[in-house]
Amino acid sequence: MLLSRDQLLNMYRKMVEARRFEEKVVELFYAAKIPGFLHSAIGQEAIAAGIGAALEPQDRITIHHRGHGHCIAKGLDMKKMMAELFAKKTGYCGGKGGSMHLADFDSGMLGANGIVGGSIPHAVGVALADKMRGTGAVTVCCFGDGASNQGAFHEALNLASIWKVPVVFFCENNLYGMTVPQSYHQAIRNISDRAVGYGMPGVTIDGNDVLEVYVTVRRALDRARKGDGPTLIEAKTYRHRGHWEGDPDATEELYRPREEIEMWKARDPVVTFERELKERGYISEEEVKAIDEEARRKIEEAIAFAEDSPEPDISEALTDIYTD
Amino acid sequence: MRTISMLEAINEALHQEMERDETVFVFGEDVARQGGDFGATRGLWKRFGDKRVKDTPLSEAAIAGIANGAAMAGLRPVAEIMFGDFMTECYDQIVNHAAKARYMYAGQFKMPLVIRTAVGAGMRAGPQHSQSIESWFVNVPGLFIVAPSTPYDAKGLLISSIRDDNPVLFLEHKMLYNFKGEVPEEPYTIPIGKGEIKRPGKDVSVIAYMKTVHQALEAAAILDNEGISAEVVDLRTIIPYDRQIILDSVSKTKRAVVVHEAPKTGGFGAEISSFIHEQMFYDLEAPVVRVAALDCPVPFNPRLEDYVVPSTADIVKAVKSLF
Ligand SMILES: Cc1ncc(C[n+]2csc(CCOP(=O)(O)OP(=O)(O)O)c2C)c(N)n1
Ligand SMILES: [Mg+2]
Repeated sequence: MLLSRDQLLNMYRKMVEARRFEEKVVELFYAAKIPGFLHSAIGQEAIAAGIGAALEPQDRITIHHRGHGHCIAKGLDMKKMMAELFAKKTGYCGGKGGSMHLADFDSGMLGANGIVGGSIPHAVGVALADKMRGTGAVTVCCFGDGASNQGAFHEALNLASIWKVPVVFFCENNLYGMTVPQSYHQAIRNISDRAVGYGMPGVTIDGNDVLEVYVTVRRALDRARKGDGPTLIEAKTYRHRGHWEGDPDATEELYRPREEIEMWKARDPVVTFERELKERGYISEEEVKAIDEEARRKIEEAIAFAEDSPEPDISEALTDIYTD
Repeated sequence: MRTISMLEAINEALHQEMERDETVFVFGEDVARQGGDFGATRGLWKRFGDKRVKDTPLSEAAIAGIANGAAMAGLRPVAEIMFGDFMTECYDQIVNHAAKARYMYAGQFKMPLVIRTAVGAGMRAGPQHSQSIESWFVNVPGLFIVAPSTPYDAKGLLISSIRDDNPVLFLEHKMLYNFKGEVPEEPYTIPIGKGEIKRPGKDVSVIAYMKTVHQALEAAAILDNEGISAEVVDLRTIIPYDRQIILDSVSKTKRAVVVHEAPKTGGFGAEISSFIHEQMFYDLEAPVVRVAALDCPVPFNPRLEDYVVPSTADIVKAVKSLF
């Protein structure tokens, strides 16, 4: 699989945007500009960017509660994302959903979800619809290690495999489901082992390596597009921050050994990829700076947009409950 | 007397019951090492160890189902479902199994389990983390549904729920976790199915539970200034609800307002209202009025969220409409 320099830089750009976006929203959360719950995926950007780059425009994605980066990688507008996080009318869901419910159907981003595992069967249904209609689109279904213990995961994988639905299951194994380490919540190390039980290929990869993510997803997409059915990809990764903002483990060791956090921070996917690109001469220090500045500028614009946007009108509490 | 929060009261009840009865065990997502997402189970794992305090995988159906099995086998499981909204994930185990097992197996065993869960709006947590869920369960005979409003009630009712031989759904309103009140240190019980007059009055009965009790009390204080004496009835238990306390209160006041945070249509207020109408229609000075959330999901936007759930002002207005 050959990648052009443009493609590589684009992946890098998405990773930087995701990182800067999340750093900023964390700040805004503590400044009480963003209400509700906020889950950052800082440290997991390679997954979002690798998947985003592998998708064709018609392809779709479902995400869980940790998906700002996926939205950015799928081409969503950071302005409308930020506005949604600010609970403003101009946000993707009119301020009624928030971070846990970001969605933009036009971009093929079918929704973050607050029910862990809840969107896994949706991905199968969407992919089934694409199969029935012959659109050629494939859906990538992202979820966490914790979600792989939900009944919905097992039921959805089973159905997807017997119906050969064009879906790619992508498990972001960041080694914890909230505060519970993987070894306490399942007796296997590689979640991809579960693929065997559903008769589909399963593969475990380094989720901090954007190129490995890209290549693996690309292959699974091709397979699904050909009608050969689903794949389960498990990507090992790590979130640098707490489960959600406000998680006391962020400042005081509660459930994650500090050495473990340091070990994974040393494998920071953004830094690693940047180093690789530099070493291979794909990018100069100036370009790195320019990409960073551009990302910051876009995010500042997004914040200004969100700040200046109106709140939803009170009457909107009662819209979209049903179709008109 | 010592003052502690509702969260601390729940925590203390769990400690004391585990101490007293070794068949009591606690499990759920993040309840052991972390002590629960909200902190209700803090310290239990350190005190009682892995055997009796267990973190589970993200598997609500298994959590409730295993509580059922353990209860059948004679243990007293106290399971936590982190948010009431996630009860849907284990709805089958509660509705078709916990509530019916004793009945359909003709009383061959008891089902002494408790499922605790955090409910209600106010955290800006959006449509899937803010719901009031009691009505999803009130139409399921075989379950008790307990819904305390104060730390004192929470402790006594949780102890009763754990000791009770029936399945109990124990609802904890998130916005009350930090609410403080006087709580005795020693264990005590409050009977399931008994309400309490939280403020006596003579002109109108305001019947509420959980967070809306406090709003009803605020409303009563406001109404007092305007010459209306409101009696605040805290049901404390939703199923079986205290019919006598309602009859006694409303036969005195002849007017009633029912308040809850769940959507109005099909909400528990409809049951209370029908009950009052059936029992004492001809004694009433005015029809029973319900104050409840609008019939919509709970939106993320804070202004919208506050708008859809009932406010103290809504209660005041409803009461005045009866005169
Ligand atoms: C059905 C359900 N149960 C529990 C929760 C609470 N919860 C939110 S995220 C989470 C952990 C999810 O872990 P994982 O799937 O590994 O995703 P991660 O947060 O690690 O990205 C839990 C328990 C929920 N939102 N939905
Ligand atoms: Mg995880």
